[in-house]
Amino acid sequence: MKKKLRVKRSKHIDETYKISFKFNGKLYYGFKGDTLASALLANDIHLVGRSFKYHRPRGIMTAGSEEPNAIVQLHNNSAWTEPNVRATEVEIYEGLEASSQNCWPSVNFDVGGINNFLSPLLPAGFYYKTFMWPASFWKKYEYFIRKSAGLGKSPTKADPDIYEHRYIHCDVLVIGAGISGIISAKTAAKNGFKTLLVDEKPYLGGSTIYQNSEYFKINNQNSGSWLEKEINEIKKIENLEIKTRTSVAAYHGYNYLLARENLTDHLPIERRKNKTRHKLLKIRAKKVVTATGSIERPLIFDNNDRPGILLSSAIKKYADLFGVACGEKNILFTNNDSAYETAISLIQKGINVGAIVDNREKVDSKLIYEVEKNNVKIFKGHTIVNTYGYKRINKISIMQLSKDGQNVIGSKIDLSCDCLGISGGWTPAVHLFTQSGGKLKFRDEDQVFIPNIYPSDQISVGACNGDLTLDSILVNVPKSLKDFLNIKNNVYENFDVLSSHNNFKRNIWLLPSNKVLGKTKSFVDYQNDATAKDIKLALREGFKSIEHVKRYTTTGMGTDQGKLGNMHALGIISETSEAKMGELGTTTFRPPYTPLTFGTIVGRNVGEYFDAYRKTPIHEWHVKNRAKFENVGQWKRAWYYPKNNENMFQAVQRESKAARESAGILDASTLGKIDIQGTDASEFLNRVYTNAWSKLQIGKCRYGLMLNEDGMVYDDGVTTRLGENHYLMTTTTGGAANVLGKLEDYLQTEWPELDVYLTSVTDHLATISVCGPNSKKIISEIFPSLDLSDKNFPHMSFKKTKIGKIHCRIMRISFTGEQSYEINVQANFGKSVWEKCMEVGKNYNITPYGTETMHLLRAEKGFIIVGQDTDATMTPIDLQMDWIVSKKKYDFIGKRSLYRSDTIREDRKQLVGLLTDNPNEILEEGSQIVSDINKSPIEMLGHVTSSYFSPNLKKSIALGVVKGGKNMLGQKLIIPMENKKINVTVTDPVFLDKENKRLNA
Amino acid sequence: MFLINCPFCGEREQSEFKAGGEAHIVRPKQPTELSDDEWAEYLFMRKNIKGIQYERWNHIHGCRKWFNIVRDTSNDEIKAVYKMGEKPPI
Repeated sequence: MKKKLRVKRSKHIDETYKISFKFNGKLYYGFKGDTLASALLANDIHLVGRSFKYHRPRGIMTAGSEEPNAIVQLHNNSAWTEPNVRATEVEIYEGLEASSQNCWPSVNFDVGGINNFLSPLLPAGFYYKTFMWPASFWKKYEYFIRKSAGLGKSPTKADPDIYEHRYIHCDVLVIGAGISGIISAKTAAKNGFKTLLVDEKPYLGGSTIYQNSEYFKINNQNSGSWLEKEINEIKKIENLEIKTRTSVAAYHGYNYLLARENLTDHLPIERRKNKTRHKLLKIRAKKVVTATGSIERPLIFDNNDRPGILLSSAIKKYADLFGVACGEKNILFTNNDSAYETAISLIQKGINVGAIVDNREKVDSKLIYEVEKNNVKIFKGHTIVNTYGYKRINKISIMQLSKDGQNVIGSKIDLSCDCLGISGGWTPAVHLFTQSGGKLKFRDEDQVFIPNIYPSDQISVGACNGDLTLDSILVNVPKSLKDFLNIKNNVYENFDVLSSHNNFKRNIWLLPSNKVLGKTKSFVDYQNDATAKDIKLALREGFKSIEHVKRYTTTGMGTDQGKLGNMHALGIISETSEAKMGELGTTTFRPPYTPLTFGTIVGRNVGEYFDAYRKTPIHEWHVKNRAKFENVGQWKRAWYYPKNNENMFQAVQRESKAARESAGILDASTLGKIDIQGTDASEFLNRVYTNAWSKLQIGKCRYGLMLNEDGMVYDDGVTTRLGENHYLMTTTTGGAANVLGKLEDYLQTEWPELDVYLTSVTDHLATISVCGPNSKKIISEIFPSLDLSDKNFPHMSFKKTKIGKIHCRIMRISFTGEQSYEINVQANFGKSVWEKCMEVGKNYNITPYGTETMHLLRAEKGFIIVGQDTDATMTPIDLQMDWIVSKKKYDFIGKRSLYRSDTIREDRKQLVGLLTDNPNEILEEGSQIVSDINKSPIEMLGHVTSSYFSPNLKKSIALGVVKGGKNMLGQKLIIPMENKKINVTVTDPVFLDKENKRLNA
Repeated sequence: MFLINCPFCGEREQSEFKAGGEAHIVRPKQPTELSDDEWAEYLFMRKNIKGIQYERWNHIHGCRKWFNIVRDTSNDEIKAVYKMGEKPPI
């Protein structure tokens, strides 16, 4: 027979608007305003998932973001799929499809359920203890463990949704729109503060908004009705922005907060198109009011996790807000007055309340009298010792508690039910407060942690500050705000409050049982299946710190981060170890408060916007000529230009040969370029480069090596003296920004007396390098009026000239060892000058080459690439570049470090050339270099840094760094590879044209 | 994320800045006169204080100026900001 679980019209649910959805493949109906959880409960479905470790059947436990059990997968196998979603937070929409997680083949019959019966074999730390030996078996174990565990499936298709980031600045941020938050927001806004009010739920009003009872009144109105009027009023305030469905994820220092605004998750999928799904709000608030309320605590007793067991407040919420009865025979179990509020709500709506089990002996409370009037049996001084029913609770056993609450006495009484509400009192939601660096204090009388020391301009108000009753909220919130906002007038007059609660709570962290602890399953962390027994075991095994117990038992490490059970874990540790609660501390609350989607974090920075990339002015030409590109820093550089079906090796061989035999052309625009001016420019260069600069003539170029203060090579490049007090420095492509930063640092902090100005001109200039024996002919055809004779325009010099109206700077410098000219022009002329070179060079088979060929050509000459042949441990001496280190200069950056005891060692790794015995064998870059493979352990002498097959030398060449390599010329070494060893001979790093004849050929 | 009051631009987000380590370490005027130990003291030795620390910061995505701050590392409170070459105010 179909049960009637929609009990009474609720104004929060639109019963005229029916919505269909699927759960585990079956079609159900709900109404507009329902969450997935409320709609499932209305369809009498409690069993939603299986637990993580024991695969025990689990149901909906809460009505909010703290839900540990009812986590589902949405839209399985589609691009919109999302795992680990709390059913209590999903608003249903037409076409919603949800399915259970962590069960196979189905939630009703789950093979993993066997773990529940094996549980005596699966104590805390089971995996750590069992699968660590022998270590080599881990690979085998892992496969099975991973298969049987896991929470949901990650999507395999690209995320079709749009995400955004937005910055918000406000005077006052109010987090939480319950009664305390509403009062705070109105007070702040009415006093002229630019205010932002956020709440994670789709509606305002927190849990007071559906409070409609004679026992809680404000100014003679039911508290819910009073609040509703307030909400309508604040919506009209101009300087108050309200955001619902907005969950604050993180609270960082300096009042910087991250929140996720959910914009489309409640819409049918077809209506989400082209809309932003989530917005990450980056909020900087001058002042923050945290009004995050409190979370009801469960109670810890044997089998406290069955489907049909909910927090008492959740049962009330489902009845009041959604008009749903969670069961037809409800029993409530409590240690405080809250459960009686639930009972009154249920009775009002005609929902059966079978009994209330209260662990308190004698309490004087108006609420209890009201419930008793309705003939509900109340078992005072009792506790539940066991529950029954595998997929849905059907019976509980209760026993009387001893006076001290440590034991049970008397005989068992069985009570049948189909739903059990539990209430262990309330835990202030201090998560955000502690994230911000706040320090808590423990309040003994009701065993709660409350904010104590604030690290920034913020305040916690209402339930999250420990004001857990209506009267204390209405007295304390306006008072605290007055001081915090420094205002003269309160917006609110004194309230006339009726609050019928008796605040007495009988707190017992772990309720006693008639069984020994080892035979019970009293869950503390529902999601990770950590029980009271596990926590006690951890303590017995010597774990003392709460942080260690947490990691050993995994308590609080689920996606809910232990919002329900962490306090009980602490309580049990405190009782067992006889340490005081306040002294134990708490585990660290970390962001995010509730899980965030990756999309929210990434925002718009996806695809080509993931990392901005830089293109040279000639980029389009490279694309058109089918270049392959390589990433160098953020630059896209032409890597090689394959012709026909060439692979990289073939293309590079062809390009390298052409550059040496006739002419090659390279886009070198990415080189860092720094314009240096000022009367002390020469002195400045003297201090930053290892060689001397004062005597460099105007119109001449010089290669320079820059060190760090520790003597290690930092960057290199050619600098040209353009005028008396004017230089153009080039740097490596990847080092440009850092070099500028380093030079600015020295100028501003160490040498402020120097008159030097630095300007980055990397993007202002396009650089085209034409090299090869025919380069002079090509340049002379482009610039007919320029005298290119070696006498007028020798190697390492520079000329200013023009093509038409385009100003050009031409440097005769070479990174290939060939005669070579670098043309620098204003960036926007780069492409046309390049095309001119191509056109003129056609007769000389001018061949565009990319970075790979550039690397090969320079390796033939033994020129280093900083960052490839060097790391941060190579001095110029190690590179055999002693010639560039000035002996005469008194000081330069890094000089003193070149004769530290460590840098003068003879056995440092030094740059050498390596030739394979077999000239066709190409070494792998990064390979280790050894000399003796019979000695164990084998001594690593160094590694290969650059390796190519040289088409010009017709043999394989390599550079490498080898301990004491300088003195090993001619020595045989070994490169051990996986299946072979390669014999090499140490040589000079310069393989081609040692006499530099080609520069002037 | 800190808010840093750049002495040249005013209050800006931390993401505009780069930290540059301990402040008031002066590069020796005559490095060649120093022993290995003395040079190493300048080159390598840095304090890591819980409490009041003097630090160099660079407004790298702003005016690119270097300046100093006084920060309490235990709670990240920035006590003072001052220009290069100035004496620490506290």
